[in-house]
Amino acid sequence: MADPVERQAPAPPVEPAESVVVEPAGTVAGVWWRRFGSATVMIAALLGLLGFTLAVQLKTTSTDSSLAAARQEDLVRILYDLEARESRLRQDVATLEESQRQLRSGEQGRQAALAEASRRADELGILAGTLPARGPGLAVRFEAGSKPISAFRVLDAVQELRGAGAEAMQISGGDRASVRIVASTYFLDGENGSLVVDGRRLTGPFTITVIGDPATMRTGLNIPGGVVASVAQDGGNVIVEDREVAEVSALHKPRTLEHARPVG
Amino acid sequence: MIAVLALLAGVVLGLWLDPTVPAALQPYLPIAVVAALDAVFGGVRAKLDRIFDDKQFVVSFISNVLVAALIVYLGDQLGVGGQLSTGVVVVLGVRIFGNVAAIRRHMFRA
Repeated sequence: MADPVERQAPAPPVEPAESVVVEPAGTVAGVWWRRFGSATVMIAALLGLLGFTLAVQLKTTSTDSSLAAARQEDLVRILYDLEARESRLRQDVATLEESQRQLRSGEQGRQAALAEASRRADELGILAGTLPARGPGLAVRFEAGSKPISAFRVLDAVQELRGAGAEAMQISGGDRASVRIVASTYFLDGENGSLVVDGRRLTGPFTITVIGDPATMRTGLNIPGGVVASVAQDGGNVIVEDREVAEVSALHKPRTLEHARPVG
Repeated sequence: MIAVLALLAGVVLGLWLDPTVPAALQPYLPIAVVAALDAVFGGVRAKLDRIFDDKQFVVSFISNVLVAALIVYLGDQLGVGGQLSTGVVVVLGVRIFGNVAAIRRHMFRA
């Protein structure tokens, strides 16, 4: 720092002084220099230098952005300010990222809960008979023999299928009318070998379409003294067919609950 | 006349050559310029007062510049460079104003 100053400060006087001292040796310069006197030349040189530095300084100030011309302590202060600002902004970023993370995890939790809830709703809808279902299963066809198929036999078959893991069932009569079989479904004997299921009259032959494990349900129906055997005893016939895709499309109209309320 | 011409020549030269100021000189150049301006206005005033002296002008010019640069340098070493250069500029500015006021009185009688 000290060196350039020492060099700079004397610079204005030294240059003109040198020119003044040296120039007498020259021929042409010496002539016009003598005409005006040394002081005048000196003044001219000083003013020329002033104009020069003035122009340079003006140019530097106008072209330089503020930083290049700033003093060291100003730069330090600016740097300090910027660092403080940076750390503040960094904190902001961290806070915002944290809240973003929280919101995202909250959203994920909500989505998972929604998916779980809709899965449960589907399951319960199939159980309650309010949603159509499809899947592997059986078609069990009851053909009456000498005696009509009694409601008792059909109920027996339904219970047997439930015991064997049936997940959705429907019963259809000869006129293709179908009734979904749910927990509250009842079977009554009707006239002329017909069957009243949940208040609807079905005529034979009846077909129960059931979704579940076909092998288990077939075994359940065929056990000695079971459904197939009992119907055969009455002279009827039970035809059990495997279905790759059993369609249970009949729907049960849900009852509006008047008294029961969920707990919790 | 020669002085004005020299001043203009210096300005033109500065604009034409467009040199960059070395970093070490940057704090001192503006102060030196202001100090020189003060000396120039003092010279003009002395000329109008008819007490202008060549030698005095040259000496005051050089010493003004040197002292101004020295003060700023000292301020930088003491860690108050910014404030001290402001002070120098204020003092020189007051002097320039005084000189200009005297010049004005001479030229316009007001």
